[in-house]
Amino acid sequence: MIVAIIVVAVKLLILFAVLMLFVAYGTLAERKVSGHIQDRLGPYHCGPHGLLQPLADGLKLFFKEDIVAAESDKILYYLAPMIAIVPAILAIGVIPFGESITLFGRKIDLVVTDINVALLYLLAVSSFSVYAIVFGGWSSNSKYPLLGGLRSAAQFISYELILGLSIMGVIMVVGSFSLVDIVHYQKSMWMVVYQPLAFIIYMIAATAELNRLPFDLPEAESELVGGYHTEYSSMKFAMFFLGEYANMTVTSAVAVCLFLGGWYSPVSFLSWIPGPIWFVVKLVAVFFFLLWLRWTYPRFRYDQLMVFSWKYLLPLALVNILATGGVMILFGGI
Amino acid sequence: MKDAYWPLILVLLLAVGFGVVAVLMSTLLGPKKPDPIKLSPYECGVDPVGDARMPFFVHYYVVALLFLIFDIEVVFTYPWAVYFKKLGLFGLLEMVVFIAVFLAIFIYVWGRGALEWE
Repeated sequence: MIVAIIVVAVKLLILFAVLMLFVAYGTLAERKVSGHIQDRLGPYHCGPHGLLQPLADGLKLFFKEDIVAAESDKILYYLAPMIAIVPAILAIGVIPFGESITLFGRKIDLVVTDINVALLYLLAVSSFSVYAIVFGGWSSNSKYPLLGGLRSAAQFISYELILGLSIMGVIMVVGSFSLVDIVHYQKSMWMVVYQPLAFIIYMIAATAELNRLPFDLPEAESELVGGYHTEYSSMKFAMFFLGEYANMTVTSAVAVCLFLGGWYSPVSFLSWIPGPIWFVVKLVAVFFFLLWLRWTYPRFRYDQLMVFSWKYLLPLALVNILATGGVMILFGGI
Repeated sequence: MKDAYWPLILVLLLAVGFGVVAVLMSTLLGPKKPDPIKLSPYECGVDPVGDARMPFFVHYYVVALLFLIFDIEVVFTYPWAVYFKKLGLFGLLEMVVFIAVFLAIFIYVWGRGALEWE
């Protein structure tokens, strides 16, 4: 039992370190990608090609003055930035990143724990993120954060519905909530081939849940100053950004597991490359796609955003469920 | 180690621990020089007008209610989706009926204008 706990703790710490690496270099990648898309260089002076920029930013933010806005609701004000990071770290507990390996005569699964309700668990913890934004917006006692928080609450729950419906097709095809089972199912063919509509809906809903452009209405810096984190400073401010990039990483990882074949190589002659490397390559590709999207499309208007979710995506997701069911019955299961 | 739930406790400890430590670190490490103007809510440089916690648009509340109604339907669909292969054609017909009810509510809500945003 002790050995089992140590093994789990080691896997968890490694995953956590990788997640933090992704978060740190996600912020740099965002600035570099945006720079190059706009024909500039982006951060360049800290280290070669700005590679030490995340370290410098992190250190700076730790030593900045921590301002607690007057008349703010102290408990919620401190709670919000903590909640911002927690869901993403909780999610790494169930994401598989490779086939089981044998080390010192012990069989080790490359996942912290393989539970049979992994997808339900992921949906449950990811819906916590909305509290960070709502608490942050409400507790600051300032008008812009309040507007940002309210918008976000409505946007988040609308798209959460769509997200839940979009993965239904995957669950029907595989017949399991376990992410490991879902990845095993995709050994010969990626799920995106069977569920193209679900993949598109999932990516749209995920972008909206992450508050990324073109759906970044909670922040909308041109109308709401900074949105829900306007009144935050120092590390508390940074926590919202850590949370955002950690959630991006986790969402990309889930997309890879559900639709893009997890750790399996796309072509058989490259299958000598270890699974975790494939996993990271696909993860980076989805992550880059999210960055790319941000600098390509303008922001939606808020009413368009809500109408898009309820009137278009919701019926489309229902159609996908029935169509998947119909095809599976007609052709005797995929 | 299939279906071991105890590792999730370790994950929870790590997540909450990291959140608490990072937030507390910044309160301990940073300088403290508060003054009334610095602590006042940001309103583009002018003095704050009135209380920020004002009444808000009622439609946010409607969206929250709609979410409650529809999310419960989604939750009912999950067990069905897992067992779909075993249920076969019967399962699909059941789901057609279920989604028909879902759509009836949806069309009613749409017709009453709850999905419009003005």
